[in-house]
Amino acid sequence: MDRNSDRHIISILMENESGALSRVSGLFSARGYNIEALTVAPTEDPSVSRMTLVTRGTEQIIEQITKQLNKLIDVIKLLDLTQDSHIEREHMLIKVRATGSAREEVKRMADIFRGTVVDVTDASYIIELTGSPSKLDAFIDTLGAKLVLETVRSGPLAIARGGRRLAI
Amino acid sequence: MSSSASAGDPITGAEIFVRSLQEQGVEHLFGYPGGAVLHIYDALYKQDKVQHVLVRHEQAAVHAAEGYAKSTDKPGVVLVTSGPGATNAVTGIADAYMDSVPLVVFTGQVPLPLIGNDAFQEVDTIGITRPCVKHNFLVKDVKDLATTIKKAFFIATSGRPGPVVVDIPKDVTAHRCVFDYPEAVEVRSYNPNVKGHPGQIKRAVDLILSAKRPMIYTGGGIILDHAAAELTEFARILGYPVTNTLMGLGGFPASDKLSVGMLGMHGTYEANMGMHHSDVLIAIGARFDDRVTGNIEKFCPHAKIVHVDIDPASISKNVKVDIPIVGGVKSVLGDLIDVLKSTAERPDADALAAWWEQIDEWRSADCLRFDRDGDVIKPQFVVETLWKLTEGDAFVTSDVGQHQMWAAQYYPFDKPNRWINSGGLGTMGFGMPSAMGVQFAHPDATVCTITGEGSIQMNIQELSTCRQYALPLKILNLNNGYLGMVRQWQEFFYQGRYAMSYMESLPDFVKLAEAYGHVGMQIEKPGDVEGAIREALAMKDRLVFMNFLTDPTENVYPMIPAGAGQNEMILI
Ligand SMILES: Cc1ncc(C[n+]2csc(CCOP(=O)(O)OP(=O)(O)O)c2C)c(N)n1
Ligand SMILES: [Mg+2]
Repeated sequence: MDRNSDRHIISILMENESGALSRVSGLFSARGYNIEALTVAPTEDPSVSRMTLVTRGTEQIIEQITKQLNKLIDVIKLLDLTQDSHIEREHMLIKVRATGSAREEVKRMADIFRGTVVDVTDASYIIELTGSPSKLDAFIDTLGAKLVLETVRSGPLAIARGGRRLAI
Repeated sequence: MSSSASAGDPITGAEIFVRSLQEQGVEHLFGYPGGAVLHIYDALYKQDKVQHVLVRHEQAAVHAAEGYAKSTDKPGVVLVTSGPGATNAVTGIADAYMDSVPLVVFTGQVPLPLIGNDAFQEVDTIGITRPCVKHNFLVKDVKDLATTIKKAFFIATSGRPGPVVVDIPKDVTAHRCVFDYPEAVEVRSYNPNVKGHPGQIKRAVDLILSAKRPMIYTGGGIILDHAAAELTEFARILGYPVTNTLMGLGGFPASDKLSVGMLGMHGTYEANMGMHHSDVLIAIGARFDDRVTGNIEKFCPHAKIVHVDIDPASISKNVKVDIPIVGGVKSVLGDLIDVLKSTAERPDADALAAWWEQIDEWRSADCLRFDRDGDVIKPQFVVETLWKLTEGDAFVTSDVGQHQMWAAQYYPFDKPNRWINSGGLGTMGFGMPSAMGVQFAHPDATVCTITGEGSIQMNIQELSTCRQYALPLKILNLNNGYLGMVRQWQEFFYQGRYAMSYMESLPDFVKLAEAYGHVGMQIEKPGDVEGAIREALAMKDRLVFMNFLTDPTENVYPMIPAGAGQNEMILI
């Protein structure tokens, strides 16, 4: 990857039509751009979906990406959130080995990271955790590969701080 | 949204389809029937407002529609069946996408309940065409059919034009609802910007007037937006040189002294040298294609660039520009002209005179000269003779290869929408079908196809369509016995290893033309060229297939080799 290539979070409002998602993913594969993460769900207006897309590229590539996305007929509006201050959150469910001495230790770590134990068995916990992607990474690192049984992450959600809005 | 057609009893989707085309003012529909569109064909049968043209292969239907659209200000319209009908159309759709041709292509689809079941003649047309359309629609409810058709025409013809596919399942064409064709539609997510930003236009004029070595570089956008008159006025006010891309030929009169001809890989020496040495480049409706720029690292090293384009994504895609103006080229040129007229400032006359002196020196290289002696027909001579005998005023379509470049080089166009070729995709087989579409749009005009023995065989079956509709095309086959463009690259870059570029076992084209009910001519000597073309042009109501046996070793010059800059042309 290029040295000048930065991480960008692009939020997209698009028509909630079947096929809209494949137009976006098809655009990325056809033009050789990469998608690091992608989340999509309908908004408060069910005819509109909001997509949060994480990609990397030089300034020039990001400019092309946003222009090409805007060119898709189904795309109503988009915003590169990384251009200004914004809140970024990711959700994770993580299944962790919890036997013997690890049982207490895992619980303690979850508390420190403000995670919640949402499922308990003799041998495992499921912990729910929300935060920035780097906080989630840190939690996984702290537990270590021996304890982590399974993870599922939502991909980041993001919203601009203050008055800046992405709305119709 | 208001309705124009009167409400009434429910009618079938097939009838709604036909009524919608009628409301839309569609006169010609190029297509081919099949199971999934039989209801539609039945509805077409019962009316006579929309003329259906039956081609012999769906690819040809799309190319015909492209020729129709490129030679007029109307979109081309196509109807094909599901499965193989749709896949056969894909090459044409991709071609139209690359050259921004406004088309609406209707494809039949299996009935809704069967979609996804691998039904007979089912393909995922929406999925297959997605990367090569401006937009596509699957109509899932007959109630949406009329509005979707209206939207398809709106999207295809506005902004940067392009093909729109409408996929219609068979059962939707049988379901009924009341017909209501909207007069206008709004697509909230699609609002192309036509008017250029006034501030940018002022900045552009300042830069343009400061130029010492200006170059106006224009492309297919001028043709698509019907802005030739504005471009001509703009260039004449300034007295600046104009070069056109392959797609932009005819956008500025080639016979005007300001014209330096085509630029790019096989453009003129003066155009490419002028580009390379320019200090201000005014790009209008052109997209800095790799066939134009040559090696991008070496492109226009001294120039500040103004770029006018309707498509923001075309701006600063390949080359970073200094003053972008997003807008329709016709509108922006109009504004540029207004600002130029309202200011007292004029270009630096001394600098401009010196620049023209330099350009004239490049011109004197006479880069398009060719050998006129000898007893084998030179392809350039055939094109030049056609130009002379048609007084440069014919519609000319071409296929893809050397003959295409010779057509572009030796048939200088003074008018827009007369030169019709496949530039972006470079589709062999484009020539004759597109000429059919041109002839439908201009029944009394002289329509010529310049082709090669390789390309013509990719859609030769359309000779039958031409017979059915008595299309009097003039086909000039520059038969060099080779896939000449491939042979040329093999000669230059593969030490003459001519892998698969010799066209063996050619048919007897004269007999072939005759078998289809047309006139065939064989021309073997340079001295017979003029007489043959004259004779063919005089046969106003017949298709004439002229098979010229041309020099098999002739190459296209001049040339920017791969990796070279515009100032590094190979001259003859
Ligand atoms: C459908 C398709 N297949 C392959 C090519 C690659 N190609 C470009 S030019 C050319 C040769 C064309 O031969 P011919 O029509 O005889 O024209 P000539 O170059 O000899 O004038 C080929 C094979 C193409 N452009 N289109
Ligand atoms: Mg040939």
